[in-house]
Amino acid sequence: MARMKFLCDADRCIECNACVTACKNEHEVPWGINRRRVVTLNDGKPGERSVSMACMHCTDAPCAAVCPVNCFYTTADAVVLHSKDICIGCGYCFYACPFGAPQYPRVGNFGSRGKMDKCTYCSGGPEPDLSVAEYEKYGSNRLAEGKLPLCAEMCSTKALLAGDGEMIAEIYKQRVIKRGYGSGAWGWKTAYRETVAI
Amino acid sequence: MLTKRKSGEASRTKHQAVAAGLAAGVLDRRGFLKKSGLTAGALAAAGTIQLGSVRQARAAGSSATAPDVQIKKNVCTHCSVGCTVTAEVVNGVWVGQEPSYASPINRGTHCAKGAAIRELVSSDRRLKYPMKLVGGQWQRVSWEQAIEEIGDKLGAIREKNGADSVYWLGSAKFTNEAAYLMRKFGAFWGTNSVDHQARICHSTTVAGVANTWGYGAQTNSYNDIRNAKTMIILGGNPAEAHPISMQHVLSGKEINRANMIVIDPRFTRTAAHATEYVRIRSGTDIPVVWGILWHVFQNGWEDKEFISQRVYAMDDVRKEVAKWTPEEVERVSGVPGEQLRRVAEKFAKEKPATLIWCMGATQHTVGTANVRALCILCLATGNVGKPGTGANIFRGHTNVQGATDLGLDVTSLPLYYGLVEGGWRHWARVWDVPYEWLQSRFDEVPAVAGRKARSRKENMEAPGITSTRWFDAVNLPPEQIDQRSPIKAFMVFGHGGNTVTRLPEAIEGMNKLELLVVADPHPTTFAALDARQDNTYLLPICTSLEMEGSRTASNRSLQWGEQIVKPAFESKNDYEVLYLLAKKLGFAETLFKNIKVENNVPSAEDLLREINRGGWSTGYCGQSPERLKAHMRNQHKFDLITLRAPKDDPEVGGDYYGLPWPCWGKPELRHPGSAILYNTSLHVKDGGSTFRARFGTERNGQTLLAEDSFTKDSDLTDGYPEFTFGVFKKLGWDKDLTADELATILKIGGDKPDTVSWATDLSGGIQRVCLDHGVIPFGNGKARANAWNLPDPVPVHREPVYSPRPDLVAKYPTRPDERQFRMPNIGLSVQKAAVERNVARDFPIILTSGRLVEYEGGGEETRSNPWLAELQQDMFVEINTGDAADRGIKDGSWVWVTGAENSSKAKVKALVTDRVGKGVAFMPFHFSGWYDGKDMRDYYPKGTDPVVLGESVNSVTTYGFDPVTGMQETKCTLCQIKAA
Repeated sequence: MARMKFLCDADRCIECNACVTACKNEHEVPWGINRRRVVTLNDGKPGERSVSMACMHCTDAPCAAVCPVNCFYTTADAVVLHSKDICIGCGYCFYACPFGAPQYPRVGNFGSRGKMDKCTYCSGGPEPDLSVAEYEKYGSNRLAEGKLPLCAEMCSTKALLAGDGEMIAEIYKQRVIKRGYGSGAWGWKTAYRETVAI
Repeated sequence: MLTKRKSGEASRTKHQAVAAGLAAGVLDRRGFLKKSGLTAGALAAAGTIQLGSVRQARAAGSSATAPDVQIKKNVCTHCSVGCTVTAEVVNGVWVGQEPSYASPINRGTHCAKGAAIRELVSSDRRLKYPMKLVGGQWQRVSWEQAIEEIGDKLGAIREKNGADSVYWLGSAKFTNEAAYLMRKFGAFWGTNSVDHQARICHSTTVAGVANTWGYGAQTNSYNDIRNAKTMIILGGNPAEAHPISMQHVLSGKEINRANMIVIDPRFTRTAAHATEYVRIRSGTDIPVVWGILWHVFQNGWEDKEFISQRVYAMDDVRKEVAKWTPEEVERVSGVPGEQLRRVAEKFAKEKPATLIWCMGATQHTVGTANVRALCILCLATGNVGKPGTGANIFRGHTNVQGATDLGLDVTSLPLYYGLVEGGWRHWARVWDVPYEWLQSRFDEVPAVAGRKARSRKENMEAPGITSTRWFDAVNLPPEQIDQRSPIKAFMVFGHGGNTVTRLPEAIEGMNKLELLVVADPHPTTFAALDARQDNTYLLPICTSLEMEGSRTASNRSLQWGEQIVKPAFESKNDYEVLYLLAKKLGFAETLFKNIKVENNVPSAEDLLREINRGGWSTGYCGQSPERLKAHMRNQHKFDLITLRAPKDDPEVGGDYYGLPWPCWGKPELRHPGSAILYNTSLHVKDGGSTFRARFGTERNGQTLLAEDSFTKDSDLTDGYPEFTFGVFKKLGWDKDLTADELATILKIGGDKPDTVSWATDLSGGIQRVCLDHGVIPFGNGKARANAWNLPDPVPVHREPVYSPRPDLVAKYPTRPDERQFRMPNIGLSVQKAAVERNVARDFPIILTSGRLVEYEGGGEETRSNPWLAELQQDMFVEINTGDAADRGIKDGSWVWVTGAENSSKAKVKALVTDRVGKGVAFMPFHFSGWYDGKDMRDYYPKGTDPVVLGESVNSVTTYGFDPVTGMQETKCTLCQIKAA
């Protein structure tokens, strides 16, 4: 099986936010919940760079490690998902996540936040693939249709790559060799405990 | 831990799930939100989001188990790149959007706007039914009542004040067919005051470029930028305005390790990816371009062979450029000479090099001159007419190129036929109406204030009033307006009200109008900012995604868009509304003589066929609806870089994608279109061409025809003039015409058959025979470095009307006061007064405006889309860290921006950043709905207010118009900023 990962090429990302609205479009995610967002460093200064951030579907995900009710699970494609039926909205995962991925419908303490929501790598949740119940709780399941996450598919400059980790690392590697520069696979060390060696 | 099941159910698609949900009545947006556990707090936090009136999506019957997913393709409306939008439709409901990998233009991708475009068709913020103002209150009316009342009022106003008292404003989001129809409608109504957004974005490009080498359009394509080894982006921020173009720009930069030079007053998101960033003072583009050319000429880097073969009067430019020494350039623009030397050397020597520009170059009082200078830079270095070179002009809407081509312009008829008798007679023949009848529709203009009277014929040939100044034509004393009456009625189709400068005066104009009709998917600023009480109508128009027709992208490719879903709510498409109005006004039968109309909706195909029958001048004759539809079916066959399909393909063999104009001859001729203009290395049948010989054959003893330069395998191996039947006879080529072609030419020519030209021959015979001889119908001329018919034949620097450098105004004043487009342009008087009043002391900060990636244009449509609105919730001003510190302004705090005219002021948030230099401020132009610090949300009809409102930058913009096109100055005025 593939090991699904995200890779954002910061030298290509132009902060156009297509990934953010593609996600909203695909899953009808409401106002205030952002499964994906773009972060810009050195805004307005030489060296300005942007990266598109969402749940990175970490190896040994810290969210899962801290969850008191074990609502997280990892699929055969190494995608980290969770069950909203089990989630109690405690917010521990939010504190554990190095990428700020978990989102909650309400601001508050402990159980008052509501069910956690996050990027599903466009692959739904524990309900049967492509069922109405799955769509209602987690949005669509593109992976089950043989498609990749829409954010990456629609990325304006093909900065955001999604797919098998080895394949996207190879694409990125070729790109860096061709153009002669690259600021690295941002977040990979934290999420996957490896980098893309060039 | 749970384990995800992976079953063999992958053949079921999400649409089955969605459709099942639809049938069960559980899956509208609200249902999803509720079930996903995300409703309450998120929406409460949003505050302004109401979900009450989401259109209920219903699937018919119980076909939930096997829904029929239809794929429909249309084109994104938010810029000119021409991204294909692929929609999945189930039972008439647009349920999903998929990447359009087959499109050679966007290759699956979108920007924030394109990726959110599905929201537009079901937006609960849309105008849902016709409305009118009664005593200051919005009331729902029926379409019948609205058309009836509007028609009666138009008739009465016309009777009393004449045809020119009604202004017709069209849209760059129109399809080609709708743009053409509205221009034709204007002609039948009897006015030339028919305009659209090109006026305020690239009118100066069209004028400047066409006056240099023939046609006013991008010479190459977005895809072709991949071939460039050097690119200069001047006055453009494609990373926000045209994000998908950046895919090609950055690929080119990476693959060729190309130089990417960004010249801009602001360190834009595009500049963040540049190899070199040049910061200039806003409004000094000509000094900078001449400063680059100074180094080119000084070092002999110019392309001497190209200049001698294909350029007229480059020596005149040398004289002007000689004045722009590095010291003077730095004094005026602030750019060090050494940096420009580096830029010059790269642009001239690391070829092919392309020049990309946008509204930073065009929206100035010297817009046309700026564009001319940019073209001259391409010419001097031989960077035009080859792959990887050219003037890559990025336009702003889906179809701003097409709407310009099809004549939504106050100076021309469709496809740039002039407002002269020959042009009118040409279209009268195509439209099958008597020329005399058209003439009878126009006003006679009496002699006023020392100006001569105009007969109907003279008025028919006089350019109309530009959209940048429609309100001046309402507000000014009647004797200053050179037509029968000031403007009394304003018909606005698909156009924001906050997009013109001097908003306080525009609002005064709105208040004075006797009739205001807004035909748009949204109410727009026109509905919310004025104090009107009556005689105001809102007509709900569907979006472009809900109608079919062709759209011309910036690279001149035409793409056929399908209707994705039927018009939402009670909205109608532009074709139908224009038909209903024509019917009410009594000229529907003649207007639609050769166009099929079904259920009040005219056929887009038939409209395009009529365009094909008359569109010879610009090569809009070969793009039949059948050919365009075949291109959409075969998108995947076109090459990413050349845009060409393999020659052996049965349907689209050898064609360039979208048959980029000019596409010569009748469709049957199967001309492939012209991917790169003025490219002599190709045969004309392969899309080759020369510079256009449209300015005569000789001037001051110098030839205006090309020398030793011609297209591949041309029968004529030197320059030649444009082709007429007379020229054909001299060459003996008249014998190559068929009997039918000859008969048509003789019929058109009457007693002067020799004058029938490649542009007026309705048989297409002249073009066909030209192609067989390997020559280009419009002649083989030189591009003009000196355009003697323009106000500044060789561009010269002129300080902005509101200059931050009063010390330079005496040496570089703006152009003298003059009458243009039926009105006075008093730029010089305003400039003098500003210097005398010492405006630069009281308003020390340069104010410039531009785009954000999330919004488009006036912004009503995109600010109504919650997926976009969430990303930009506040109107802001970018202010330099130093300027902010001087004023005690903190990032994120409220400030007042005050303008130099009308005691204007705007309350916005401060974004403190070094993106703008010291003494410069930037504001985005998409906001509206606040005025003078006041929230005007209640003025919108209930439920149609955009999610995000804010103060318009144009509240504080000022006077200043380009003398050639009436373009407004939006990029350089003065302001003051203080903490609120």
